[in-house]
Amino acid sequence: MARRLPRKDAVIIGLGWTGSILAHTLCDAGLDVVAIERGPWRDTATDFPISYAQDELRYRLQHELFLRPAQMSVTFRNNANQTALPVRNWGAFMLGNGVGGGGVHWNAETFRFLPTDFIARSHLTQRYGEKFLPEDMTIQDWGVTYDNLEPHYDQFEHLCGTSGTAGNLQGKIQDGGNPFEGARSRPYPTPAQKQGYGHTLFAEAAKQLGYKPYPQPSGNLSQSYTNPLGVTLGQCTFCGFCEWFGCANYSKATPQTTILPVLLRNPNFEARTECEVMRINLDNTGKRATGVTYVNSSGEEFEQPADLVLLCAFQLFNVQLLLLSGIGTPYDPQTGKGQIGRNFTHQTISTAVGFFDKDKYNFNPFIASGSIGFCIDEFNGDNFDHSQLGFVGGGYIGQVRTNGRPLESMAVPPGTPAWGAKWKEALRDNYLSSVICGAACHASFYSYRDVYLDLDPTYKDRFGRPLMRITIDLHENEIKMSAFLTDKYAEILQQMGAKQVVKQPRKGPYDVTDYQTSHLCGGAIMGENPGNSALNRYLQSWDVPNLFVQGATAFPQNAGYNPTGTVGALAFWSAKAIRTQYLKNPGPLVHA
Amino acid sequence: MYRMNRRQLLGSSAVALLLMAPAAHAAIVRGGLPWKPGSADPPTPVMPGGWHYFTPQEAATVEAFVDRLIPPDPETPGGKETGCAVFIDRQLAGPYGRNESLYMMGPFQQGTKQQGPQSSLTAAQHYRKALAALDDACRNKYGGKGFADLSDDQKDEVIAGLENGSLKLDGFDGQSFFTLILTDTRNGFLADPIYGGNKDMAAWKMIGFPGTHYDYRDWIDRHNERVTLPTVGIASHPSWSQ
Repeated sequence: MARRLPRKDAVIIGLGWTGSILAHTLCDAGLDVVAIERGPWRDTATDFPISYAQDELRYRLQHELFLRPAQMSVTFRNNANQTALPVRNWGAFMLGNGVGGGGVHWNAETFRFLPTDFIARSHLTQRYGEKFLPEDMTIQDWGVTYDNLEPHYDQFEHLCGTSGTAGNLQGKIQDGGNPFEGARSRPYPTPAQKQGYGHTLFAEAAKQLGYKPYPQPSGNLSQSYTNPLGVTLGQCTFCGFCEWFGCANYSKATPQTTILPVLLRNPNFEARTECEVMRINLDNTGKRATGVTYVNSSGEEFEQPADLVLLCAFQLFNVQLLLLSGIGTPYDPQTGKGQIGRNFTHQTISTAVGFFDKDKYNFNPFIASGSIGFCIDEFNGDNFDHSQLGFVGGGYIGQVRTNGRPLESMAVPPGTPAWGAKWKEALRDNYLSSVICGAACHASFYSYRDVYLDLDPTYKDRFGRPLMRITIDLHENEIKMSAFLTDKYAEILQQMGAKQVVKQPRKGPYDVTDYQTSHLCGGAIMGENPGNSALNRYLQSWDVPNLFVQGATAFPQNAGYNPTGTVGALAFWSAKAIRTQYLKNPGPLVHA
Repeated sequence: MYRMNRRQLLGSSAVALLLMAPAAHAAIVRGGLPWKPGSADPPTPVMPGGWHYFTPQEAATVEAFVDRLIPPDPETPGGKETGCAVFIDRQLAGPYGRNESLYMMGPFQQGTKQQGPQSSLTAAQHYRKALAALDDACRNKYGGKGFADLSDDQKDEVIAGLENGSLKLDGFDGQSFFTLILTDTRNGFLADPIYGGNKDMAAWKMIGFPGTHYDYRDWIDRHNERVTLPTVGIASHPSWSQ
């Protein structure tokens, strides 16, 4: 029997980036807020101190900072004719756990989506005609525009101290930045980071080929920075242990280094860690959330009543909790009806490995930050004419190598045996002089009728609840796009002087053992009306108006950039709507 | 605007950390950043000597195996001397060997390659069964000799047979064992020496990785230069072993 706790104004499920941003806004507005977090408290000095944070085996291979599959996994299949089987060890994606969420271990690439990304369907059909899109592609407009979000991108970047070079300041194109980006109201808070040899050589080669390379916008800071909340971050030291690791140096923008120190001092806020929400409770009309039920690490069950519920967990688990709580209508791929689980997407990444003459090139790949390097945007979104290409979408292409960590840097030329003296020799001769960059082509993943989420009929979590079932495969559109982008990247590697370039375009079938970023999106998307979305433009549930669902769960399809900048901007946009509109008049902010 | 830096913040904040029940980790956090001294969880360095999981015979097989996967050469020692077998032994004796963090609930059934491994065996069980089957296969083929007693050429023949699937192990998938031991051996060779392999950071020195330095700000602009810093690990520095 659950113990009933005193009521709170708002309960937040998951204390990562979006949970922290929402909690801060609502506590600031005077609300009494509690955050329920599945994982442990995470603190720089305790959990990733400078003395042993750089442990590739422990953190990258054995996933110590991550959710463990033993705690919660998912099942996977390529199509509805297969039996989904559990993901027993992480491969294609790795999910955060604990306070800070994915914000602890991310590389901190802090992009804005293109203005046309938010109106993908109307833009593409206007430019190429209705018939240009594949029949089963279910992309749609977001219901929110770049101009709506610009002030909130700015807010997130200034919270983080993002280092970068503006490409479009109030409509004026700037040298050295990304000329394709949407207009930004002011420059990045800090200048771009310095760059290593391989990154610089890539930029020179890209320029020689007529492209306009720009430094990747980085949440690893080029200089110390004090954000508007008064929290100070330090300068990044290029240690090369960023993604998968906590930053021991307070120089990566994370909830811990930007917002939690202030939030935790707010007397209106409380966090409960290692407490897992079982379900969102509804009243007998099914149209109003009454709070959540959660279990702590001793197995005791609690009911936390609240007037407002903010679902801020990772994308997959937001969708899982909606389905387990009976909120909204589950998606049916046969009829296309139902919104929960629909338009699930990932990211289409690919690369090429460049092998260079070891007597002439020494890239020192271990000198890097998480979002270092140069990119080009000529083949992102709809920045290029697709009419003769047979696909839509695109991505940025960049030499954005983040590390030379040995266990992840074992590329040897094709034909090298996998073991023995020849392998050892090839490893020795190529480590310093090869360019390896897993997500060099970081591209969109558009939504399809047969790519979706639902509850698995067989496999359960440790509480006996059904796991999320992922049904996903790559479609011809993304495979063609990936081949196109990989060719372009390979040309730049050749121009850099590589003696051998090995292309690795993304191909089907989708393989759950092969890492493809942790940028899972969709499943409860935002949109213009309840007929084509689960959430309105303020991330408010159409079905349960005192429930807001944050994060990439709301993306109708995934664009060619890393999602966190947009996740942060949407959180600020939603927080503002709650504070300035919803709290004054609780109820639907958009009338269907 | 109210401004303070992190240090002031840490120093001044009141910390309330209440356990909701004895022996539980669940906590209520409010009033400031919780922190208490001595609560960090540093890695436990592997001490050489003896075997924690392998039997002596298994250890001999694995030492012989890793030394063929990564043979010694005049400049860099091989898998055995750098401690790859010790690394694997200690890993198998710990959470890795028990598949502690993996999803291990049934039903277990084979799926497609894209669905990933679906074995109900733990890594430690996998080694135990596969090493026994490997020695049986060697004895059958090489006149009663176990793997460790074969010549280098014979060992390489056996390993190649596992790799390409031509050598069948009794009731066991030799190729999946090959993948497992190759991955673990490479990890032992190249992981931080604190875990028992990569002795004296030999593998890092071989490839030119200077180890776990925290600060390359002096080097970021020195393009195409060989870094001259001494190689360091979490608990390793050249001067400490002299």
